[in-house]
Amino acid sequence: MYRSHILVCGGTGCTSSGSAKVIEALERELAAQGLSEEIKVIRTGCFGLCSVGPIMIVYPDGAFYSGVQTEDIPEIVTEHLLKGRPVKRLLYQETVAEETIKSLDETGFYKKQKRVALRNCGVINPENIEEYIAYDGYEALGKVLTEYTPEQVIQIILDSGLRGRGGAGFPTGLKWKFAAANKADQKYVCCNADEGDPGAFMDRSVLEGDPHAVIEAMAIAGYAIGASQGYVYVRAEYPIAVKRLGIAITQAREYGLLGKNIFGTGFDFDVDIRLGAGAFVCGEETALMTSIEGKRGEPRPRPPFPALKGLFGKPTILNNVETLANVAQIILKGPEWFASMGTEKSKGTKVFALGGKINNTGLVEVPMGTTLREVVEDIGGGIPNGKKFKAAQTGGPSGGCIPEKFLDVPIDFDNLTAIGAMMGSGGLIVMDEDNCMVDIAKFFLEFTVDESCGKCTPCRIGTKRLLELLDKITSGNGTLEDIDKLEELCYYIKNNSLCALGQTAPNPVLSTLKYFRDEYVAHVVEKRCPAGVCKGLLSFEIIADKCKGCTKCARQCPVGAISGTVRQPHVIDKAKCIKCGACMDSCSFKAIVKK
Amino acid sequence: MKNKLEVVPFVDSPEQKAELMKLIESYKEVPGALVQVLQKAQLIYGYLPLEVQITIAEGLDVSLEEVYGVVTFYSFFSTVPKGKYRISVCLGTACYVKGSQALLDELEVQLGIKSGGITPDGKFSLDACRCVGACGLAPVLMVNDDVYGKLLPADIAGVLAKYAD
Repeated sequence: MYRSHILVCGGTGCTSSGSAKVIEALERELAAQGLSEEIKVIRTGCFGLCSVGPIMIVYPDGAFYSGVQTEDIPEIVTEHLLKGRPVKRLLYQETVAEETIKSLDETGFYKKQKRVALRNCGVINPENIEEYIAYDGYEALGKVLTEYTPEQVIQIILDSGLRGRGGAGFPTGLKWKFAAANKADQKYVCCNADEGDPGAFMDRSVLEGDPHAVIEAMAIAGYAIGASQGYVYVRAEYPIAVKRLGIAITQAREYGLLGKNIFGTGFDFDVDIRLGAGAFVCGEETALMTSIEGKRGEPRPRPPFPALKGLFGKPTILNNVETLANVAQIILKGPEWFASMGTEKSKGTKVFALGGKINNTGLVEVPMGTTLREVVEDIGGGIPNGKKFKAAQTGGPSGGCIPEKFLDVPIDFDNLTAIGAMMGSGGLIVMDEDNCMVDIAKFFLEFTVDESCGKCTPCRIGTKRLLELLDKITSGNGTLEDIDKLEELCYYIKNNSLCALGQTAPNPVLSTLKYFRDEYVAHVVEKRCPAGVCKGLLSFEIIADKCKGCTKCARQCPVGAISGTVRQPHVIDKAKCIKCGACMDSCSFKAIVKK
Repeated sequence: MKNKLEVVPFVDSPEQKAELMKLIESYKEVPGALVQVLQKAQLIYGYLPLEVQITIAEGLDVSLEEVYGVVTFYSFFSTVPKGKYRISVCLGTACYVKGSQALLDELEVQLGIKSGGITPDGKFSLDACRCVGACGLAPVLMVNDDVYGKLLPADIAGVLAKYAD
């Protein structure tokens, strides 16, 4: 029996901030002070509030420490764990009250959240199956195998209204129903953990923090459609997730929860990991299956749909990690419980990876129907440095930019599509007035040009031409006619590409054209980048009145473009200037301006 | 543009060769194992030169075209060696809107190489990558397995100085 438990986040965000060293220091200090038998340190998955990592919580007090460094550990152990006085200086500021420590659920970041898919992340030790079992783990699988027919399982998922969290929002139960209806000697359940959308990391966090939830759901899906083999296709770039998933599979096999004759019911199911090798297009279902087969991950035309002919030509279902993370809860708590959350057509919750120009970057899970404003302002804590909100980008390279006027739209699959963005996998990047929307469109196009697999012409060549047009505009050589051409080409690519990658690639351009057309016009007509980002349209100048002639900028300039004598105003040679902005950053007198 | 180290001859130690042959042997009968074999082979050699691709093609009895096609399709595979210190600057969306492009520009200036290149002494290689998942710390770069977050271009010299040996 331990008198206190310390939970330290071992997700990728906090690990990057040094949580592994914090755990080492903590264990060392506890041993030194003779507390190892009384206090237990547990490495958990993601708490969500990555921006203030490394994070740790001390129970039973619930004291939430943020930004913990190894040098803080002796103080925390001596003061808090030995003497019972929390170190207020190191607590997450919002939890510090006069006399007591406030609960995490009262802070702005957590108050409006509802954790279903992330319920165990930051709560249990993901490398120990018994902790998962203690939180009702594998109970849903047992219930399904002993009490329900496959048809009943599918009906429950259908009734819950669960839709795919990977991007398109296809009803999960329907997918299962189609695959169940096709007869075959072998069927497969695949899990899409190839989180390719840059800026989205919820699937990684689920795998890192609660891998058994995914395995259990895959086994349930296997029972429902009649499959005995599952594959998790996960990015090789997620080493921690891959490792924990591997441990989880091994433990599940040892406990007889994977393998032959599960729960003595005669049901066989096993799961293997397949590593992705870095191709965005492999998030598309047919491309992913081709990749599992060891080939170039190129999509193929549908029909036939994977429910009929998928992996190795057999009926296959593919579900996203977050989708699967909901399944066991739906079985245990019932479809009505799940359907009671969310909007009319989008049930349950959605996890967003909140990033960009926002104070609380991290992972949040909210009921569908929450407004963007609540997510950005209440949970995200607004924009840093007093800057103004410009747009929120959802859906990654397939999505769009949402302007301020739609901040009060309730978030669900259909509403986001209606305003020209999409749910996507849940990346939510906030941009402020310093971001140029034309440049952002160009950024996404560079991504899709890189990642287009090259199989079909509209995507391979069309996206390249789109990028060239955007290049022309951002370098100051664009015309109004180019904007029209851009739009026409977008629709052509959308209508004629083979797979979703090409069909959605123009979305970042179309949505910025729709809501920020004036920025495009400023680039081509006034030859000006309003946000001051596009280098081709910028020029740096020294204001003679303000310049003290300190020579600092001249020394900073990497190309020697600044000249002048000491104590005299300096000048920038525009022909030499590479517009890096180093001079402006270095000037102590604000004498350099960007135009 | 010719990469400077591309002409460095491929060196194969007996241990590496033995490991590769063992790897191929263990996957010979597994259908669709090519990607897995390539991933593990890259761990043995650090990259996938043509010589290794040929050995794998012969060992798994698939055509060299297919092997080459797969190697060049996925960004995880490299046909050129990487530096002792592999620097990757994250150009994922969250990092990009927070100015990671400026970090990449600064590294190109300081190292005197372009993204995708390697310094002539083989010490540093520089790449842009898409999201390491540490978006809360944006903008981020990685040197081998070490993550550096919340950086400004002015911090680059300090990061490089840690790898002076």
